[in-house]
Amino acid sequence: MLQFVVRRLLLLVPILLGLSILLFLWIRALPGGPAESLLGERATPEAVEQIERQYGLDRPIWEQYLRYLRRLVHGDLGTSIASRRPVTEEIQRRFPATIELAMFAMLFAISFGVPLGFFAAKRYGSPMDHGSLVASLIGISIPVFFLAILLKYVFSVKLGLLPTIGRQDVLIDAEHPTGFYVLDGIITLNPEAAWDAMMHLLLPAIALGSIPLAIIARITRASVLDVQNEDYVRTARAKGVSSSIVDRRHVFRNAMLPVVTIIGLQMGLLLSGAILTETVFAIPGMGTWLAGAIENRDYPVLQGGILFVALVFVLVNLIVDVSYAYLDPRIRVS
Amino acid sequence: MGRWKVLALAGVAAMVLAATGCGGGGDGGGNTLVFGSAADPTALDGALISDGESIRVLYQMTEGLTRLKPGTSEVIPSLAVDWTTSDDGLAWTFNLREDVTFHDGTPFNAEAVCFNFDRWFNFPAALQGEGTTYYWQFGFGGGFKNPAEGSPGPDASLFKSCEAVDDQTVTINLTKPSATILSTLTLPSLAIASPTALQEYDADAGSQNADGIFQPSGTYATEHPTGTGPYKFESWTLGEQLVLVRNDDYWGDKAETEKIIFRPISDNTARLQALQTGEIQGYDLVEPQDVETIEGDGSLQLLERPPFNVGYVTINQAKPPMDNLLVRQAVAHALNRPEVVDSFYAGRGIVATQFMPQEIQGYADDVVTYDYDPAKSKQLLQQAGLTMPVEIEFWYPTDVSRDYMPDPKRNFEAFAADLNKAGFKVVPKTAPWRPDYVSKVNDGTAGQLNLIGWIADFADADNFIGTFFQVPSAQFGFTNQEIHDLLNEAEQESDPDARTQLYQEANRKIMEFLPGIPYVYAKAALAFDSDVQGFVPSPVGVGGESFSTVSTGDEGSDESETTETG
Repeated sequence: MLQFVVRRLLLLVPILLGLSILLFLWIRALPGGPAESLLGERATPEAVEQIERQYGLDRPIWEQYLRYLRRLVHGDLGTSIASRRPVTEEIQRRFPATIELAMFAMLFAISFGVPLGFFAAKRYGSPMDHGSLVASLIGISIPVFFLAILLKYVFSVKLGLLPTIGRQDVLIDAEHPTGFYVLDGIITLNPEAAWDAMMHLLLPAIALGSIPLAIIARITRASVLDVQNEDYVRTARAKGVSSSIVDRRHVFRNAMLPVVTIIGLQMGLLLSGAILTETVFAIPGMGTWLAGAIENRDYPVLQGGILFVALVFVLVNLIVDVSYAYLDPRIRVS
Repeated sequence: MGRWKVLALAGVAAMVLAATGCGGGGDGGGNTLVFGSAADPTALDGALISDGESIRVLYQMTEGLTRLKPGTSEVIPSLAVDWTTSDDGLAWTFNLREDVTFHDGTPFNAEAVCFNFDRWFNFPAALQGEGTTYYWQFGFGGGFKNPAEGSPGPDASLFKSCEAVDDQTVTINLTKPSATILSTLTLPSLAIASPTALQEYDADAGSQNADGIFQPSGTYATEHPTGTGPYKFESWTLGEQLVLVRNDDYWGDKAETEKIIFRPISDNTARLQALQTGEIQGYDLVEPQDVETIEGDGSLQLLERPPFNVGYVTINQAKPPMDNLLVRQAVAHALNRPEVVDSFYAGRGIVATQFMPQEIQGYADDVVTYDYDPAKSKQLLQQAGLTMPVEIEFWYPTDVSRDYMPDPKRNFEAFAADLNKAGFKVVPKTAPWRPDYVSKVNDGTAGQLNLIGWIADFADADNFIGTFFQVPSAQFGFTNQEIHDLLNEAEQESDPDARTQLYQEANRKIMEFLPGIPYVYAKAALAFDSDVQGFVPSPVGVGGESFSTVSTGDEGSDESETTETG
């Protein structure tokens, strides 16, 4: 097992290296650079040249890349052109917001998706089964930002129940030692702040969690249907074990294996979904940051930020693989 | 199975409870204005920024020697109470306001003024990039006392020296006469900061990294910006809120509202919805499609800024037959400008008659105008001896929306149809705004005609027609010494009335000569909660809009409506 983890971690090096090259080229292939963004109508060829010289963008691209790489191995991701702050510092501040949102979204998706799928399978072919199919299709096909705007319109603008922007009411006195606002509220013994942070997360989490919810529900349903017809389930029933125990011990546990994989994979996808959700809800996470950086052609932010997100994605996948091996003894043996 | 049902029910119940437990709003904080900005400021050091969001915040905290009268482009005294200029126009002597202190308690005086000017002029190499100290370079010619390699030296600078004559009198010496200096000094980037704070918090410390980006190591611009304005800095949490509080020792009228909180919200719809829920009480950059919603909502109000831009069609005279005045007149009569302005600007466009809006001194009421008249266009083309249809290349940008052209393609399509009806044959050409379009326009390689415009830096005719026509440019492709000379003369004329007349004369000449067809001045708009009073939109935008006169209607004395207190 340890060997497996170490091997996978070592594999990270070539993956990240390759990715950094791709990113570097891709970002520079975007039409227009920081100079044009900065200058607008004032973008005369000379002015553009002057700014490109200032930012070293007039150098050959391999030279720019090597310079970037040299700093990258020292853990320096560069400095944002727009905010003039180190990229690593911005990640430190913004990443907790995104993770907190992703976890709440996942919590929402699991707590509704798993039961929905389970009951749909248990009542296979019933109206409830069909209903869950329709619901999950809708969940998958509604664009996240549209759902977000709709939710805000109904629950905030019309009903006035929930806040629409940010992570915390600006008038609340709150300390933020960890950057995870709900947790911060709890550990600083400030229930009002924790509650407020949770209220701010509710709509974004539902919007972001809608797609994983639908997928989890579908996978759970399919998996439960599969497992139900396994020999060991039939055996258990035949020897007279009560149906709720069969469901819990034999069906549910085994059916959860593929669901765990999907949850892990979805966790990675949530990071990209967060870009839209964060923008619509003005949450200062990785998403709003990267969206702004694309607009401004803030090369260092794009390179550093996306590389970091990619690293997280790869690590989450690794954790999924490891936990899968842990949950399913058959994999460990082979 | 029963347990699952219970769990699911509990989940739903928790959501519902959560949803109903707490009010959404959050503006119940008494005398506080929460304003939705589009982004965080870059930094709170005027000298080191050029973005609107930084300027918006800085304008509440810092003041320059001069400023603009609210809602106009008229220069009035600020930290200087009056001024005189030497006969040769090279020495400007300012009498400073007395009994003014910076937010850190240190006195504002002539030495403080010179400290700021000397700071700008002596910027170290790391701060000499155009992207780093744009407005100093723009306003004062760009020269530095100790230029780094590639930077212009003192001979390029308009600024020569600053002398503290006595405590309340300061003389600024220039290298050549300039009549724009009073307007330049209104720029929030050239506001006077506390020398003590600048030094104590290392405003200039930092390095230019290998990417050419200045990375400050001091904390002046992030934690200790210190000016003389009606508000002072309290705190800044990036991405969430920037808080200013009233300066109770302010020399002028104290601010109405005790606190202003700026919340960055990049998404337009999100800003509108946050205003509707009361999470913010105002925002800038209202999108044309939201105007109707805001105007139709009794609890909201829309405030329009006088226009500070111009949208025009470039005519490049280097490309025949555009060198022929008759052809240019034919183009002018061919374009149905009122139609385009009425159709595509959501009621916020004004048909342009010249290359600068009327709020700017030097606007002439009596320039030649060119009515929509396709028959006349054809006649003019015939007179020019051309066989119709006359083929011309007409460029427009894609992937962009500017105040003066929210949707360039629609403007183009309407104008192209007009031209085709008036004896021309338009060859449409297009390029993405970034990276090619603007460079092509400026370089004179974007056809005979192209769509472009201008958003000014400061409220002066020089920043409009001076920028366009003072010297021959590749964009317009002509030399007209009469116009160039007139604009040179106007730039250096220090008597305001004489100057205005020179610019009016220039505008008349320009519209006769027709180097292009200005067609729109577009007003930008802000939205506020209808309880918010006292905000005066400025033609220059954020660099002229003070929040100190704004009241939120929260004090409660005249307001029976008390909502959302918990």
